[in-house]
Amino acid sequence: MDTLEIIALRAETNKTEILKGINLKIRSGEIHAIMGKNGSGKSTLCNVVMGHPKYKITEGKIKLNGKKIEKLPANKRANLGLFLAFQNPTEIQGVTLNNFLRLAKNTNAKAQNKKAKHISPSEFLQTISQSMDLLEMDKKLAGRSVNEGFSGGEKKRAEIMQMAVLKPRIALLDEIDSGLDIDALKTVAKAIKRLHKQTKCGILLITHYQRILNYITPDFVHIISNGKIIKSGDKKLAQKLEKHGYEKFVKEPA
Amino acid sequence: MKIPKRTRKILEKISNQKNLLRKLGFRTDTKPVYKSPQGLNTNIIEEISRQKAEPEWMLTLRKKALEIFFKKPLPLWGGDLSKINFDTLHYYIKPQDKIKTKWENVPKKIKETFDKLGIPQAERKFLAGTGAQFESEMIYHSLQKELKGKGVIFESTDTALKKYPKIFAEYFGKVVPVTDNKFAALNSAVWSGGSFIYVPKNTHVNLPLQTYFRINAERMGQFERTLIIADEGSSVHYIEGCSAPIYSTDSLHAAVVEIIVKKNARVQYTTIQNWSSNVYNLVTKRAFVYENAEMLWLDCNIGSRLTMKYPAIFLLGENAKGEIQSLAFAKENQHQDTGAKIFHSSSNTSSKIVAKSISKNNGRNSYRGLLKVSKGAKNTVSHVSCNALLVDENSRSDTYPTMKVEEESATVAHEATVSKISEEQLFYLMSRGLSEDEAVSMIVNGFATQIIKQLPMEYALELNRLIELEMTGRHER
Ligand SMILES: Nc1ncnc2c1ncn2[C@@H]1O[C@H](COP(=O)(O)OP(=O)(O)O)[C@@H](O)[C@H]1O
Ligand SMILES: [Mg+2]
Repeated sequence: MDTLEIIALRAETNKTEILKGINLKIRSGEIHAIMGKNGSGKSTLCNVVMGHPKYKITEGKIKLNGKKIEKLPANKRANLGLFLAFQNPTEIQGVTLNNFLRLAKNTNAKAQNKKAKHISPSEFLQTISQSMDLLEMDKKLAGRSVNEGFSGGEKKRAEIMQMAVLKPRIALLDEIDSGLDIDALKTVAKAIKRLHKQTKCGILLITHYQRILNYITPDFVHIISNGKIIKSGDKKLAQKLEKHGYEKFVKEPA
Repeated sequence: MKIPKRTRKILEKISNQKNLLRKLGFRTDTKPVYKSPQGLNTNIIEEISRQKAEPEWMLTLRKKALEIFFKKPLPLWGGDLSKINFDTLHYYIKPQDKIKTKWENVPKKIKETFDKLGIPQAERKFLAGTGAQFESEMIYHSLQKELKGKGVIFESTDTALKKYPKIFAEYFGKVVPVTDNKFAALNSAVWSGGSFIYVPKNTHVNLPLQTYFRINAERMGQFERTLIIADEGSSVHYIEGCSAPIYSTDSLHAAVVEIIVKKNARVQYTTIQNWSSNVYNLVTKRAFVYENAEMLWLDCNIGSRLTMKYPAIFLLGENAKGEIQSLAFAKENQHQDTGAKIFHSSSNTSSKIVAKSISKNNGRNSYRGLLKVSKGAKNTVSHVSCNALLVDENSRSDTYPTMKVEEESATVAHEATVSKISEEQLFYLMSRGLSEDEAVSMIVNGFATQIIKQLPMEYALELNRLIELEMTGRHER
């Protein structure tokens, strides 16, 4: 059983406070959806929890299985089983998806268990190949530079493919549905569900629209506005939100 | 974009380590059979020529070159040359009396040196011919029997002067004349060693030929001379590597490389320059490329205090192609002033320049390029791209491209970028579990990939590891 706890978290960047006291607790096997308008702080929350050096935590804590992680660099958090699927995955020239992911897989395994067996390039080829099948991806992408020249859809698939390879304990998925057509959305959602079932990981599913929730049923839904969670509920909250729009919730705080 | 403080700290830590030098920077304790006294004058030239038992014309050429060297001022552009003390250098050091064709006949200490550098191993694995120069002389040279049978010549340049005087005299000094520049004149005056290659018509040398140049002595001047002639329809790939131990005093390496690529022939010349940081590396490299022929300079500069080197290609025949691809790495106390020159002198010729540089810890890279399309050379196509990566804020990169296009039908594309290691890229890789230094070295290697992947696999891996070492301070995996 793994637990990610976000406690009264406040964070700023360039002297502007963006997160204004976030509380959230995600356990293994749970799916939490966070919904909110553009600019409400969803990506910032993901970045801060993952350890982006651009943001400064001014108050609050982040704990993974009781251990405070807010001072750890991003790689140490990843080593502990945290994962972030980026809203806008960055391109890295000349670094192949295959090479970098193999190094990541080995590094994480070593960090979790000093005696972990080193995965050879040929073994890894099988792992990545299976994960790419799960996302119905063209295998050629594994040999290409990370995200370079990928279409929007390919980038999103590649994010979840990486999740499938790394098998995190807690995954933060930032607008994984944006920019996907309906078929791609179904594939990606199916893959997430499959991984969730297989690994019993905890998921924080960030979304702007409730569309993806037709495919992935959340256990909890939270509405974020102006850096705060203003309302939490179950999946019905997402439907209400769809019907009435954000304005209603923003006007009548929880 | 700002470089996070942690990155800077890691880079500082790394730069204090001399990993590479530990691997290449060992000294060999061996007595030369002859060492010229410090400084340069006519007596020294005469002594070199006498010891080599050269024909009269070569001594005359050397003397003329020496005069030109003394007369020409130091170039005022490029890097800082003012600290070279020409009077304290040894211009000729002869390590043993005769060039050998079997490693077991090479003096033990010298053989050990090349063992440590992996030369005999590389020879067994993937080379068609191997040369090894220690100080001023080639101490070893070999060529596969089968290629000898086909008439391929791969010899030390000194040997070639004796064995093939006619062809030697026909081409020597024709591509880079004695008067070309101060350091070409110096080389012509005191040249010793280097490779001579002749590939007969329609003959293909399928595996690379390689020569490794090692400076071992302190205050040494190494002045090898290389001449490659690829006859019509032939092809060859030549690789040069080099290194030296580090001393507190300076050494000088001033080579001249002349290449003739005849009709329908192809030559690739690959350099992996890894001099220690007390070596001034001032090299003139030039190729004449005739009808429908192809030349590729693949030039990797990792070491030296100052390198000034601008491989040049003269496209002299119709449909000739030229490519100059380079990678330069400059760290603390290093200046890589490198570049490329292309002259389109004939119609339908095409060229490509790709120059990549990585600067770190106050390291400085300059790209100096010249692209010329002469009047009457119709329908030429050229593409120039220069990309600089600054690993930290203290490093420097400058670009000085010159274009002289005298033809309206010419197509010229030029692109130049300077980038820093982005925080977003670092965060992306780290969020997957890579440590910061692993992420930095991955990004740097990724930047260099386009060039590195063209090297023979063994060298590509070596160079990847080298960059990783430089970035992570880690020894071996
Ligand atoms: N690096 C930054 N510098 C300044 N403002 C930022 C930065 N990153 C995010 N913000 C601001 O913080 C707010 C929340 O952004 P974000 O977390 O990306 O929202 P969301 O993902 O919900 O659309 C926005 O107003 C955005 O402009
Ligand atoms: Mg966002």
